[in-house]
Amino acid sequence: MTATATASNLRGLWLLLAAAALVVVAALSVAIGTRDVGLNDIVSALSGRVGTIGEAAIAMRIPRTLLALLAGAALGLSGAIMQGVTRNPLADPGILGVNMGASLAVVIGIAWFDMASAYAYIFTAILGAGAAAVFVYAIGSMGRGGATPLKLALAGAATSIAFSSLVIAVVLPRADIAGGIRAWQIGGVGGATFERIGPVLPFLAAGFVLALFSARKLNALALGDELAAGLGENVAVARALAAFAAILLCGATTAVCGPIGFLGLVVPHLCRLLTGSDHRWLLPFSALAGAGLLVVADIAGRILARPAELDVGIVTALVGAPVFIWIVRRQRVRDL
Amino acid sequence: MSLSLTARVAENRHRRARRHRRLIGLLLALIAAAFVLTLLLGQSFTPPRDILRTLMGEDVPGVAFTVGQLRLPRAVLAVLAGVSFGLGGVAFQIMLRNPLASPDIIGISWGASAAAVFAIVVLGLKGSSVSILAVAAGLGVALLVYGLSFRNGVAGTRLILVGIGVSAMLESVIAYILSTAPAWTLQEALRWLTGSVNGAQLAETLPLLAALAVFGGLLLSRGRDLEALRLGDDTAAALGVSVGRTRVLVIVAAVGLIASATAISGPIAFVAFLSGPVAARIVGNNGSLLVPAALVGAALVLVGDYCGQFLLPSRYPVGVVTGALGAPYLIFLIVRVNRSGGSL
Amino acid sequence: MKPHTLIADGLSAGYGEATVLDGLDLAIPPEKITVIVGANACGKSTLLRTLSRLLPARRGKVLLDGKSIHHLPSRELARTLGLLPQSPIAPEGIAVADLVSRGRHPHQGVFSRWRREDDEAVAAALAATKTEDLAERPVDELSGGQRQRVWIAMALAQETDLLLLDEPTTFLDISHQIEVLDLLTDLNQTRGTTVVMVLHDLNLAARYADHLVAMANGRLHVAGPPEAVLTEENVRQVFGLQSRIVTDPTSGRPAMLPIGRHRMIAEGLSATNEDSA
Repeated sequence: MTATATASNLRGLWLLLAAAALVVVAALSVAIGTRDVGLNDIVSALSGRVGTIGEAAIAMRIPRTLLALLAGAALGLSGAIMQGVTRNPLADPGILGVNMGASLAVVIGIAWFDMASAYAYIFTAILGAGAAAVFVYAIGSMGRGGATPLKLALAGAATSIAFSSLVIAVVLPRADIAGGIRAWQIGGVGGATFERIGPVLPFLAAGFVLALFSARKLNALALGDELAAGLGENVAVARALAAFAAILLCGATTAVCGPIGFLGLVVPHLCRLLTGSDHRWLLPFSALAGAGLLVVADIAGRILARPAELDVGIVTALVGAPVFIWIVRRQRVRDL
Repeated sequence: MSLSLTARVAENRHRRARRHRRLIGLLLALIAAAFVLTLLLGQSFTPPRDILRTLMGEDVPGVAFTVGQLRLPRAVLAVLAGVSFGLGGVAFQIMLRNPLASPDIIGISWGASAAAVFAIVVLGLKGSSVSILAVAAGLGVALLVYGLSFRNGVAGTRLILVGIGVSAMLESVIAYILSTAPAWTLQEALRWLTGSVNGAQLAETLPLLAALAVFGGLLLSRGRDLEALRLGDDTAAALGVSVGRTRVLVIVAAVGLIASATAISGPIAFVAFLSGPVAARIVGNNGSLLVPAALVGAALVLVGDYCGQFLLPSRYPVGVVTGALGAPYLIFLIVRVNRSGGSL
Repeated sequence: MKPHTLIADGLSAGYGEATVLDGLDLAIPPEKITVIVGANACGKSTLLRTLSRLLPARRGKVLLDGKSIHHLPSRELARTLGLLPQSPIAPEGIAVADLVSRGRHPHQGVFSRWRREDDEAVAAALAATKTEDLAERPVDELSGGQRQRVWIAMALAQETDLLLLDEPTTFLDISHQIEVLDLLTDLNQTRGTTVVMVLHDLNLAARYADHLVAMANGRLHVAGPPEAVLTEENVRQVFGLQSRIVTDPTSGRPAMLPIGRHRMIAEGLSATNEDSA
């Protein structure tokens, strides 16, 4: 077998393993939680009965697990795309301020426009995410060297802080919504129900499809704008398409879960160790790994802080930030 | 060498020193004016005579509370915290030769705030023990960030990025502790997330005054060496500066200042970051930036708090105001550096 | 100016785990111009930095007037030995006179005030480098040659008897290079300053040096007057280059003409450079 064929087979194997791991992890998520449940409870809850507390707990965990899977996949994918589009190893919806943009848009919608429908939230979040992305990229690319990782990270950090100050400014006078927003701001999958997940599915689906479609284009973009154009890609269109997919995915996710950071950063780096930089493999892998990792983070949050819960946004920050630092250390300063 | 050249050189120097002193005088006047305004005018106007009588110790009904318990402690804390943040921030920026390497961006304020929150919520401490823990945590974070960004020497870019990462971690720690705390109001939570001088008491400003005297004094004594460091480590060493020792002393002093202030007022967003660059625009190259930055810091907190309390549609703690001001300035700074082709 | 002796005795130094200088012995002749040459990464910069105590010595010592420099207080050393490093940083917008006056740092304690002698030293430095007319201009607006003169003025304001310069001409136009080298020669001849500098250009080194030092692999290869050091054999050993040494008709000093594979006139002169060191 040729080297590439062996590599492909190996990656296929990893993919299958990842999918299997995902199923196991999802099952664990349903089984484990702040309250212990028995096997009987699991079986009866799955068949629809919610009589006992144990069954009720399970019934809550199923949509929660589902949301975690979807959100994790969306964020992992979004991060991988952002890193590909900006050719920047430090890109992530949280770091680039895109999550905060989505948050701010939603908060403004709720506070000033009495937005209530789920579709309204999602649309606004996507709009906010898009605006933030454009803004941060514009600032970060000014000047010599274009959008270097440091400049983008700084532009993103500054924008994040600006937006979060604005969020506070909008929310503070509104005692009626303040509590709810504060809970949502931390970023978590708690309290998920099928009614809440439903509206976001079409957006996520569109994002997934668009993302997988851009995989080839991202491979070309990775070679640099000139080479990509030389290979026949319309660079601007490819970028815009891929960026739109990323924004769709993380905007929709933020609308439901609040801003969850660092997942989009860490997942692609881990996956790259197994798949290399071929986006046709990297993207699906990032989706699977993101889903798995977010579920694991949620499980950890439920176990570690018993009988209370650690929201998944906190777990990803606590674990993700050290990984971010590790990545920064690995890079040569010249590349930063 | 001609006598006239020497005279010209000396005259040049005197002129710059005079300009420097004038600008510092202006800043002091501005702060004094803001201070007086804060005492005079809040929800109600208090006649100056009553204020003076209260300050002398007389018990003027109504005024004693408004001025003595509310406005005065608040103004005093605002000035002390502003001076501490301004000094600490500019010291870091000068030493690391980068305006972005400010203690509130690289995580030191967050470390102090996290320690303070932990001490108050989890350990139930109060007063100076909180301050001491905050200073220790600030130093710990400084060490951590420095250590993590060290790879054959510290590169500025790596330091800032590591600092951003550490900040994110600490922020989520604070958010978590606050969410588990019983009966916290949003206002209190905001103190530790963006900084506030609400509910200040004169008694709690005393440890801050002491810290300012100790750490501020240490920093000012290193002022000349710090200036020399701006020329580069090698040139500074060639001029006789012990680079390593100066660095350590400056870091300890700056972190001490920032952490002591944070322990009482929370991490008032961006004051440490803004004071240096704003002072540089005002004072230019006419002399040391340390004192001007301290004064700019005091002005920012004083004026920012006043705006947040009375000039905006709702009452906001000072951290929200400075956060909203500082972020655009950070963006402006990034844009300006990028445009001029400079490197970050 | 007092004549000072600066000696490196069995010096070893390096960065991290690497050792760059390996048992180097060197004696700098007082009140003369010494130029250090060598291939890239042979340790020229490292030597200068170790001599000025920017880098600690791992083994061996550096002796200033017979005493180890490692025990001298920083300020005292800075009053005797000045160094102009490779990439000095000028704070944004700083004026020439202000930058030059920073050179007075080792003469001023924490609380000292400016004295007349400080102003005189600054004025003298400006005059010696012919930068008096630039005194009020911002350093960022100056040309490469002018800027380098200003940095030298700052080092002069330090009023040291020894001046070390790490590649002072590397990024300058040729006319500015000559400007700087002539200036340093003026200083040496009028003030008796001992000058030690690292230069890239062998021919300029041979022209301006009283004492030429060739380094290879972290050690001294050969040192002495330019006529003795700049020989075809030495050039081959230190740079791995075939060459022809002629006498420069403008200065009477030796000049090195490199021999490559193309564009050579005489038969038997073209070489493949494969049989060189």
